[in-house]
Amino acid sequence: MPVFNQSRSRIIRLIFLVSFVIIVAQLFKLQIISGEYSKLAMNNAVFPKIVYPERGIIYDRKGKAILNNSIMFDLMVTPAEVKNFDTTSFCRLMEIDTAEFKKRIRDAAFKNTSVRPSVFESLLTPQMQARFEENGWRFPGFALVERPVRVYPFNAAAHILGYIGEVDPKDIERSNGFYRMGDYTGKSGLENTYEKVLMGQRGVQHIIKDNHNRLVGSYENGMFDTAAIAGRGVRTYLDVELQQLAEKLLTGKIGSIVALEPKTGGILAMASGPGFNPNELTGSDKQKNYARLVLDVSKPLFNRAIKGQYPAGSTYKPIGALIGLDEGVITPQSGIACTGAYYYCGRRYGCTEHWAGHANNLRLAIAWSCNSFFYNTFRLTVDNPAYKDPRKGLTAWKNYMSAFGYGHRLGVDIPSEDGGNIPDTTQYDKEYRGSWNSCTMVTIGIGQDKMLATPLQIANGISIVANKGYYYVPHFVKTIDDESPADTALLNKYRVKHEVLTHIPDSSYETVISGMQDVTIAGTAARIPKIPGVNVCAKTGTAENYGIIKGKRTQLKDHSLFVCFAPREDPKIAVAVIIENGGFGATWAGPIAYLMMEKYLKDTLRVDRLKEVDRIAAANLMPPFLKDLQRKEDSIRAFKRFEMWKDSAYIRKYITMEKPKQPSPSPKNKQSKDKTPALLAAILPGEKRSTTTRPNTTAL
Amino acid sequence: MNQRNPTISKGIDWSLVWIYLLLVAIGIMAVFGATYKEGDAIVQSFISFKTDYSKQLYFFVAALVLGLFILLTDSKFFSATANIWYATGLVMLLLVFPLHSNVKGTESIIRLGGFNFQPAEFCKICVALALAKYLSRPETDFSKTRSQLIAASIVLVPAMLTILQSETGLALVFFAFFLVMYREGLPSGVLVIGFATAALVVATLLLEKNTLAMILTGLALLVVLIMRRQLKRDKSILFKIVLLWVICVGIQRFGVPFFFKNVLAKHQVERIYSTIGKDVPEEYLKGAIPTQTPSGKQTNTADYNVKQSKIAIGSGGLFGKGLLKGTQTRYGFVPEQRTDFIFDTIGEGFGFVGSFALLAIYLLLLFRIITVAERQRSVFSRCYAYGVAAVFFFHIGINIAMTVGLAPVIGITLPLVSYGGTSLITFTILLFILIRLDADRQMVLR
Repeated sequence: MPVFNQSRSRIIRLIFLVSFVIIVAQLFKLQIISGEYSKLAMNNAVFPKIVYPERGIIYDRKGKAILNNSIMFDLMVTPAEVKNFDTTSFCRLMEIDTAEFKKRIRDAAFKNTSVRPSVFESLLTPQMQARFEENGWRFPGFALVERPVRVYPFNAAAHILGYIGEVDPKDIERSNGFYRMGDYTGKSGLENTYEKVLMGQRGVQHIIKDNHNRLVGSYENGMFDTAAIAGRGVRTYLDVELQQLAEKLLTGKIGSIVALEPKTGGILAMASGPGFNPNELTGSDKQKNYARLVLDVSKPLFNRAIKGQYPAGSTYKPIGALIGLDEGVITPQSGIACTGAYYYCGRRYGCTEHWAGHANNLRLAIAWSCNSFFYNTFRLTVDNPAYKDPRKGLTAWKNYMSAFGYGHRLGVDIPSEDGGNIPDTTQYDKEYRGSWNSCTMVTIGIGQDKMLATPLQIANGISIVANKGYYYVPHFVKTIDDESPADTALLNKYRVKHEVLTHIPDSSYETVISGMQDVTIAGTAARIPKIPGVNVCAKTGTAENYGIIKGKRTQLKDHSLFVCFAPREDPKIAVAVIIENGGFGATWAGPIAYLMMEKYLKDTLRVDRLKEVDRIAAANLMPPFLKDLQRKEDSIRAFKRFEMWKDSAYIRKYITMEKPKQPSPSPKNKQSKDKTPALLAAILPGEKRSTTTRPNTTAL
Repeated sequence: MNQRNPTISKGIDWSLVWIYLLLVAIGIMAVFGATYKEGDAIVQSFISFKTDYSKQLYFFVAALVLGLFILLTDSKFFSATANIWYATGLVMLLLVFPLHSNVKGTESIIRLGGFNFQPAEFCKICVALALAKYLSRPETDFSKTRSQLIAASIVLVPAMLTILQSETGLALVFFAFFLVMYREGLPSGVLVIGFATAALVVATLLLEKNTLAMILTGLALLVVLIMRRQLKRDKSILFKIVLLWVICVGIQRFGVPFFFKNVLAKHQVERIYSTIGKDVPEEYLKGAIPTQTPSGKQTNTADYNVKQSKIAIGSGGLFGKGLLKGTQTRYGFVPEQRTDFIFDTIGEGFGFVGSFALLAIYLLLLFRIITVAERQRSVFSRCYAYGVAAVFFFHIGINIAMTVGLAPVIGITLPLVSYGGTSLITFTILLFILIRLDADRQMVLR
């Protein structure tokens, strides 16, 4: 047979060659040009498990851990890996319905892309965790992640420590992507300020997984793993027992206690009442507790020590005296003939003391807290002949006040501090169209009018007096373990001595301090039992205040204030106490401050003092209008919910309250019985009332 | 000629044997790489016959024994018994229908003792022999259409039977034999029409219906414009052009949709669309016949397989991750990785360099077979050699193309490398019959 078709063998070879060249070209494209495939293969097979470091511990001044770490579990989901999924049994396991399941998956994918793990359910209860550990293998895309959780062995210092919570998208944005969804970060308090120190460094462990998402082993023997570095400890000035005492003393009261170490500005205790147990905001019940705290009208989450705005009242008087002395408008020998009121401003301004001679000199005026004397002193300061203009006088006074730390944020190392208010000329110009004089604001002289201060500012002010002119910015943190240059930069602010008022001669301070000591010996606070062997300098305060109740401005019971420091010779502690609506300063605030000082200086309280602690802790000074307010707020919320869900169960409680508790069958009660369903009918026009029969109502 | 010479080695093309051994060795290594479990004692498990690589080793021994037998056989035996083999092959294909065992959803396997036997694989040898036999008959004049039709039916009958066993992939292999017929004088037009039809089908899948119709119409008008002088002389050309246009549009408009809706199974439609990187259009989704193997609700299985395969090969980079280091193949992301997707192990483990080397070895094998074919004096031997080349080429080309995402996933193996006794033994027999025939190329004149 002739090989006449031999040329075709070349064509066949060509076909072979071309096919192979095409394949090689594709291989070249896959393996050399596009680099994404190795990344995809890594994503497939290597699971970068984030190892969360142990968060740093916060210690008190004696080295006791105020908080500690414990471990709970979060259930994480990677939406893209949720394939071939038995939703029904998963939902049964988690006790949710499918709609909720879908919603959570959708939210997770929306918030954090579908390929990265997001929190599906945080802080599982131990039962749930056990259930999931047993059945988890059936649910691809879900994994348990360990979460260090804070526990608070002393059940104290909630406002100071703050709490940690999952980062929200804004945090992530602010951190330039440093945080990832599901990370925890300090949300408030020291946890927030010292986040960088406490959080430590996340580690990564590369783990090989197979196509069923089972973890097979470590990738490349851990060559690419980074170990987590634990967060560093933070050492504070806090005395946790003192803190506990402060919180105990505030039970059933609205108010605040701040205790400072004057020489360092270190905060020994800071409590705000009503408070809460920090353990309530960790663990699986935290949502529920948080909701309760948020809706409470007495605002337990509100840190009154740095955010509460109070009239300083008579606690301002030692400062007013120092300003007067330094401005030269009064001398230690200055006196005023007070018979129970001040009349020089066209109307009567009262004073609590009536007997003659209680304001014969500065010491006496402080000891007896003579209002007339300090009205006069303030007016002399504003109308200082050296300035010839009350504007300049007021401005000079305001500058003194600023130096004493009033009217601006001090810069304490927990977030969201408020600055209080020290009025200046513009505020009065606006209000009185420029025509005002020293009489207009004469009550500033006794710490009222527009003067508002936070308890921290009041405590800091008295520390300056105790220090005779200098202060350190009040702060909690003394040192950071293994302090880095960045930490030092953070803390330097608190290590600067502010010698703001050292130009006032020591003799002036001595006069005022003597007056303050007289307060405790003979004056307004003499009734409070002494601490043996300790010379206490103090000043009581009783501040008038107003509140809006049912739309009307109403004068409420006076706030009880007390400032003090001790011992006089070498001040170790300065305390400011404010008990809202507590009456005279020496009634509640004074005894509380004394207990604080004794506890700190003597380390333990005497037996009778312990009884006093219990007596104070048992006293309920919550203003009665709060109850009404709470009920009002709750019912408004209930009505909103009712409007949303059309379920009368939300509001029934508030409607049925109207009718008598025990409806008797007598005809007298008939009318009131008629009333309730009519009311219901008016409020619930569209709802079937047959399903809402109340047990107490008989058929009409 | 020299009947007295007892050595079987005389005339054997050793280069083919060496390439064969090299490929089988690569195959065993690749199967080892794909299936070795961390911690197994390597030597023991190679002997144990329990692991896949050990089995492959034993299959190779069996194949070698069989190859030896073939080399000991008289070369005339094959041409003499070609038709008998073909008949046997057909009977076995028919026997599958009542006797098949339901393994992995295919209906093409008969269980013999502990072994699975797939007649469709075996039939490739029979067809290669029978086609060679028919083309080498002195009375066959292949320029006649009748002979061409007979030759085509020799190929197409087993192909049809295989399709009926829902093994479309294996059936397509038989179409490779048209390459043999082309070499023996099948008009080039057939090949051109074949490629043109394929191009039209692909275009139909890729382009929007009306766009393609407009392009076709434009092409027709262009041809008319170019050929307007000839048209003046011969009006029938216009008729031919119009007829061609009608056929093209017909295929595009009705032929392909009909084929996709009524002939192909659901998974085949999916695979084809996954290869061209598009979603399956809704009309085909509804019309598609449900698969015999309801492999779950995932509609993107085909897509997943190809994607993982591409990831495996792509992540190999230039030099690869090394044997047993590939995460894709080691941890089960690549499906069927010891059989159809064995190339992934090479691609991931040895990178572009390794893949290129394997392809080069295969090309060397194919070119060597063609060289051997062209030096045959006997038409039978030559036709058979081309048959072998065609089957090898089709298997290699389609298999690798599907792992790199150039061809739809049809389950055919990579010759001599993929795991599996049937595949290895079939290709060994194909190759060794060729070596036997070639060894006697001087002797057989007719």
